[in-house]
Amino acid sequence: MFKSIMVPVDLVHADKLALALDTAVNLSKIYHAPITYVGVTSSAPGPLGHNPAEYDENLAHFVSEQARTHGIETHGRTVVSHDPAIDLDDALIKAAHDIGCDLIVMATHIPNVADHFWPSNGGRLATHADASVFLVRG
Amino acid sequence: MSDSSEPGIPAPEGPTDLIDTEYEVGQDNISMSVGPFGLDIHNPVFAISGLTIVAFVFMTLAFQESTGAAFGELRVWLTGTFDWFFLSAANVFVLLCLFLIVSPYGKVRLGGKEATPDYSYSGWFAMLFAAGMGIGLMFYGVSEPISHFSSSVADNAGAPDSWAPLGGAMGNAVEARNLGMAATIFHWGLHPWAIYAVVALALALFSYNKGLPLTMRSVFYPIFGERVWGWTGHIIDILAVFATLFGLATSLGFGAEQANAGLNHIFGIPVSEVSKVVLIVAITGIALGSVVAGLDAGVKLLSEINMVLAMLLLIFVLIVGPTVAILTGFFHNLYEYARYLPELSNPFGRTDDNFRQGWTAFYWAWWISWSPFVGMFIARVSRGRTVREFITCVLIIPSVVSVFWMTVFGGTAISQLVNDGYQAVADAPLELKLFTMLEALPMQQVTSFIAIVLVIVFFVTSSDSGSLVIDTITAGGKVDSPVPQRVFWASFEGLVAIALLLGGGLGALQAMAVSTGFPFTIVLLLACFAILKGLHSEPR
Repeated sequence: MFKSIMVPVDLVHADKLALALDTAVNLSKIYHAPITYVGVTSSAPGPLGHNPAEYDENLAHFVSEQARTHGIETHGRTVVSHDPAIDLDDALIKAAHDIGCDLIVMATHIPNVADHFWPSNGGRLATHADASVFLVRG
Repeated sequence: MSDSSEPGIPAPEGPTDLIDTEYEVGQDNISMSVGPFGLDIHNPVFAISGLTIVAFVFMTLAFQESTGAAFGELRVWLTGTFDWFFLSAANVFVLLCLFLIVSPYGKVRLGGKEATPDYSYSGWFAMLFAAGMGIGLMFYGVSEPISHFSSSVADNAGAPDSWAPLGGAMGNAVEARNLGMAATIFHWGLHPWAIYAVVALALALFSYNKGLPLTMRSVFYPIFGERVWGWTGHIIDILAVFATLFGLATSLGFGAEQANAGLNHIFGIPVSEVSKVVLIVAITGIALGSVVAGLDAGVKLLSEINMVLAMLLLIFVLIVGPTVAILTGFFHNLYEYARYLPELSNPFGRTDDNFRQGWTAFYWAWWISWSPFVGMFIARVSRGRTVREFITCVLIIPSVVSVFWMTVFGGTAISQLVNDGYQAVADAPLELKLFTMLEALPMQQVTSFIAIVLVIVFFVTSSDSGSLVIDTITAGGKVDSPVPQRVFWASFEGLVAIALLLGGGLGALQAMAVSTGFPFTIVLLLACFAILKGLHSEPR
């Protein structure tokens, strides 16, 4: 049914992703669909690397770990953004389009009052992305 | 199976000389929730900066007379006593920048040998100009040349109470005009842009090539080593936040007063506290929209709109004003600037105390107090440029634009005064001089309206980029901190401006913000050393 799955990952908060990652792995096994893990970073030094190239190495390591642990086909994609805090949603929507995925599995928080005037990333993706979106509350 | 070499991944950055430190960006940050909002803030820089600013605002409001006098005297004392220090330091910055353009260090690329620029020339230039001095050009473009011309030609030129540069040119209108333009360009040309360039280059080099967080303290790693991650670094960052927020808030307060005067002059809108507060709220509101829209869709877009509007106004004045005189004046003023530059920048053995201390040293302290903010913003958008390209675009091109701007606006105003006897342009209060000059030209309703829009949007572009900078510093150099934090700083800046406007104390705190220029001059001199040391170890 699904041919390609995209999973946005924030590796700094990888501990909060467990449920979404497991869900994606299970769906990947059921539909034999490869997973592309997408990370968004800026060009300034951050916790995951001095520069985008180092960030990309970290993501590649994570991606190969997922493949080895779960025996699934995985890919990684680093997207560099000038202002990740703001451009995250658009960067992910574009990445989903470029990858050509038909399902996005994404961790999201339990809605709170802020979501009324500040839409969550998952909410925006569900509204605007080409693919189906599976939001996993963690 | 893993494949991370797909489209979307940036080109290899090439070799750089990364600094080997155990420190990880964001390691001192605390993540917390305030109501529904998640925060990711540096401990203790965020809290101390915020609380100290609140304490200073309260102190200024509670003890208005004594703090006003104290900060005002402090500023005058610093620029009066250490004028030689400010002038000498600014000369060092210019010489360093010129050296970097011609030296082999110019080949070093910010972000690694194979890094590509994040922004096109037009977007980059629009942003650094809008953040750097756009608003000043609006207010001083007409008033400063007129002031220097008037004081230079006056009967008391050269006397101890005169404000004329270099003793003036009593009764000699031609020479007074040359001197007035040269002195104005001196204050808006190579020196201020060299100050910004030094800070911006240091930050960009230590972040993009050395891998340290994008925050002021990183520049001092070659000097203080691992201590920059402790209190030494906290104090540097807090001082940077302090200078930036007070610089922005007080400018916003004064800007509202000036914009109100302009609106009153053109549309008859009453000058009142309500009007000013509405203006601050409106400017802060647009700035909020801009920071929430992000660097590309907000800050860059507004800067580009502003650039186009400013160009239109410039071209209009050029065409309807004395076109030939302005065009020839441009080269003539460049020549006069070069001719007077050695004398104007000489820190010792001069007799023009009022001008040297009250104008030049004040300007240098002002530019230097703004430099953490402007420098950091320029650094943020300058990755991928070589040092030579960077200095040329941050030092030479803006200086040439400043010369052209001052020639068009100041030159036209002086022509109106000298050739047409239009005394109103000299007599108008500072905030109305630009509008008075435009009144004597055709279509003044349209041009004055564009000028007001420019004034307001230039404030917005300073306010939004300043909020981004403060947000990054108080998040320990992280540029992806949660959006509510930048909303907080932009709003906080507006609230501080309103409190000071209503309660009094704008002048006092602006004097204090300018006073931070003194410690930052020392900081910048250390940064020069850090730049040379840092560039020396980079692959070229």
